[in-house]
Amino acid sequence: MTRARTFGLAVWEFIVGDDWRTAIGVALALALTALVAAIGVSAWWVMPLAVFGLLALSIRRAARGSSR
Amino acid sequence: MSGAELGLALSVFLACTVEAVEALTIVLAVGSTRSWSSAMSGVGAAVLALAVIVAALGPAITSLPIDVLRVLIGGLLLIFGLQWLRKAILRSAGLKAKHDEIQIYEVQSTAARAAGAKHDGFDGYAFTIAFKGVLLEGLEVAFIVLTFGANQHRVALAAAAAGLAVLVVVAAGVAARAPLAKVPENTLKFAVGVMLSSFGMFWGAEGAGASWPGGDAALLAIIPGVLIVAIALSKTVARTLDSAPTAHSGQVTADSTDQATVSA
Repeated sequence: MTRARTFGLAVWEFIVGDDWRTAIGVALALALTALVAAIGVSAWWVMPLAVFGLLALSIRRAARGSSR
Repeated sequence: MSGAELGLALSVFLACTVEAVEALTIVLAVGSTRSWSSAMSGVGAAVLALAVIVAALGPAITSLPIDVLRVLIGGLLLIFGLQWLRKAILRSAGLKAKHDEIQIYEVQSTAARAAGAKHDGFDGYAFTIAFKGVLLEGLEVAFIVLTFGANQHRVALAAAAAGLAVLVVVAAGVAARAPLAKVPENTLKFAVGVMLSSFGMFWGAEGAGASWPGGDAALLAIIPGVLIVAIALSKTVARTLDSAPTAHSGQVTADSTDQATVSA
């Protein structure tokens, strides 16, 4: 494994951790916020909805994983 | 000091306290079983490395345009904060092992004794373990100092809050001469997760072009809102486990760098 790859994996693990779906969800939620704001509609509500949903889904996945 | 600056200082202080307690356990273990001077050299080298990281990246980050900075840092803080919050919720619900500083101290001490004979003078084992422990725990704090501080152009305030937390923890450790097992680490991690997620959500949305009702005052609703949802999720998971105890057969593990996992 090259040093660059090792470094990249370490950064990924540090930032994203063990739940990549949540990280992707956050990026999509920010993109959706930008999109809604760009068409001139109030967009502040997108992030709370997305964050609470992502957190609930993440906890649900972990709980299900532990009961298998 | 404004409300946002107070939130910045408090978040960094709490996050740094948690990480400093964990680093202190590692340093105490190798220092008391191997060599205090080598362990402290490792601590000094790690602190220097962290200071260089903050000093080098701070100006680069703060030079970004404000909207780019906010969406980038808001997103990163949110991802990071949700990790902290997720782990804290799983711990409070009983799905993940809580940090036990006494146990970690014993494990580290046993490993240090088994690592071979000590030599007079410099002890490479004590140096390396102390260096790695402080650097790994400190990186999370450096990240929080940089992101929080850069977004409000108050890196120095964030660094001061982190420094104060280290001083408090070190003073408590010196006084106790033992791992700080009574620090409510999970409660602190819960609080840090709530703060990081709240500020991340706030800044991320602003950077993406949204306007919060009430401006900065929206944080007064966002922070309690995130706290209430997190507590509700924790209680829901705990209740679900209580009602179906046989279904919960997962093995719960945790290591000293807080990269704990719930494995089937």
